[in-house]
Amino acid sequence: MAKGKYRSGASRRSLLQQFGAAAIGISFSGSLSACGQGGGGRVVNFYNWDTYIGPTTLADFQAATDVPVNMTLFATNDELFARLRAGNPGFDVIVPSNEFVTRMSQAQMIQELDHSKIPNKANLLPEFQDAAFDPGRRYSMPYTWLVLGIGYNKEAAAAKGVPRPDSWKYLFDDGTFHQRMALLSESADLIRLCAKYQGISLNNIPASNLTSIEQMLIRQKPHIKAFHEDDGQDLLASGEIDIVLEYNGDMAQLMSAEGGDRFDFVVPKEGTLINSDCLAIPTGAPHLDDAHAFINYLLDPEAGQKITEEIQYPTPNARVRDLMPESYKNNPVIFPPADVMAKSEYGAFEGDEKARQFEEIFTRVSAA
Amino acid sequence: MEQTWKQAKAAFAAIAVPPIGWLLLFFLIPLAVIWAYSFGENTGPITIDFTGTFANYARALEPLYLEIFWKSIIVAALTTLLCLVIGFPVALAIAFASPKTKAWLLLLIMLPFWTNLLIRTFALIAVLRENGYVNFALEWLWNNASGLMTLVGLQPLGEFEPLTLLYNNTAVVIGLVYVHLPFMVLPLYSALDRMDRSLMEASLDLGAGHLRTIWAVVVPLAAPGIASGILITFIPALGAYLTPDLLGGTDSQMIANVIERQFKRANDWPFGAALSFLLMYLTFIAIAVQALVQKRAERRG
Repeated sequence: MAKGKYRSGASRRSLLQQFGAAAIGISFSGSLSACGQGGGGRVVNFYNWDTYIGPTTLADFQAATDVPVNMTLFATNDELFARLRAGNPGFDVIVPSNEFVTRMSQAQMIQELDHSKIPNKANLLPEFQDAAFDPGRRYSMPYTWLVLGIGYNKEAAAAKGVPRPDSWKYLFDDGTFHQRMALLSESADLIRLCAKYQGISLNNIPASNLTSIEQMLIRQKPHIKAFHEDDGQDLLASGEIDIVLEYNGDMAQLMSAEGGDRFDFVVPKEGTLINSDCLAIPTGAPHLDDAHAFINYLLDPEAGQKITEEIQYPTPNARVRDLMPESYKNNPVIFPPADVMAKSEYGAFEGDEKARQFEEIFTRVSAA
Repeated sequence: MEQTWKQAKAAFAAIAVPPIGWLLLFFLIPLAVIWAYSFGENTGPITIDFTGTFANYARALEPLYLEIFWKSIIVAALTTLLCLVIGFPVALAIAFASPKTKAWLLLLIMLPFWTNLLIRTFALIAVLRENGYVNFALEWLWNNASGLMTLVGLQPLGEFEPLTLLYNNTAVVIGLVYVHLPFMVLPLYSALDRMDRSLMEASLDLGAGHLRTIWAVVVPLAAPGIASGILITFIPALGAYLTPDLLGGTDSQMIANVIERQFKRANDWPFGAALSFLLMYLTFIAIAVQALVQKRAERRG
């Protein structure tokens, strides 16, 4: 889900980095399998999102445990899934998002965690101790969480008479920002947020609503400039559009970059989709003990603080949150207000058939 | 003295085995696997049963997907036509340049290949976007024209409105033409370069003008080159995926984008495989047409 995690969201480097990440992923695969099968030296093969770790985290872990970490990068959950589909090529720790935790656990692509080896689980906020997508946290530990919302150019929005576009209406059902908006090209996210706009739960959307959502998106299409590949903040920064569907972390990075004060982010009043990127151990991981030790280390307060300072994503870790400055804790972009969070939901994995149905709706909307 | 391969079987085998093995291992076998997938059914997130079903093809032939195929063909055909119109004079100019200039011009044609397609596409975004170089240049001209008009006592022009050049089908075609132009120029150049110049001289001597000579002599002689240029431009343009993804708007979905999403987001490999093979059959048809044209041209020659 959270593609394109990178620090300075101000340039189109993001996508280049993603593709670069994919390329690195491919080029490392050979050596990685070699490590995995050899199993001789101790090492943790870590498959992570791009720029989603502290600058010294891996070195600190090695200093503490003598175990080096070999990090490889992926850009989307789909890429992660496709990579492990035919069997684990030697990874010890991976970072799937919530829906993929369910999907991969159902496909037995990830294995149960030994909670006795992860005492730092106690550091997590109470609401992250358990999760609907992974009952009892049998398969995953939360690493970050994130929400989708509306990023916008403050001046342009004010000029259009909507200084604070705090409803999904402006993206899905309204022509105020005619040809000045971009939506995320993730079919499931898009359709689920449309359901939120219609006032229903984003899980188990009834067929009649799917039909009306499709019609609504087709109606809205002439107003939309592009479906972006999670580089929406770049389109916003380059002045191509005024309003965009994006992740809060990406917008927080853009807003903290130079010239970022022109932009703002709001989670619409109807509520939104919450995602959580989680740490998990794929089936067949060659270094099981060190994998657990590494996950435990990432949940450590000081280690977590260094990561959070770098990546600026909301942390599910209570002790990390306590260590962070006020400017982070009270940032409404990173931590949206409680009332909209109360209306927000996690997207559940509803089976592959549903994913295909969403995809076909998106294909029809694009072809219309 | 010419030898047939039958006289040196061992040598032939030694040379032929590695490429045939390569082709088999890395092309035909994977392709056969994808072909088999296209007759399969998803039974779980990562399991596919080869049931021999035609359901995937039936779904791929629904009007929704046929329309996307048709649209991709139109976009690819338009791209090829523009490449031909732009590329022919370029190839002609290179073929008639002095040997030294020719080498430099050919180098310029091939230069883009030294850079990754993705980077070239992003460069194009920087050129075409509203805060991009095309609009900067237009704004500069506009403001100067405006200043000039004030100078001669006319009303100045209004505020400059940047042109929207990105995120629409025009941008996709511009991007595809830019990427595929070298594929058109190179075969055209090689056909024009080999052409017997005396035929053109004869045509000019006998009173035909330059345009008539090109139309009645050069084009027919270069027909095989034109046909192969069209083919190797049309095929990759038909399967283009990065360009419509990055430069296109909400209407710019091409068939390769749909196929990519089947293998990734929809996790529906059998359906993606069926769409891929339909695309490949279209390619075969294009190749067959080209072979036909070539044969006819040879017969005429």
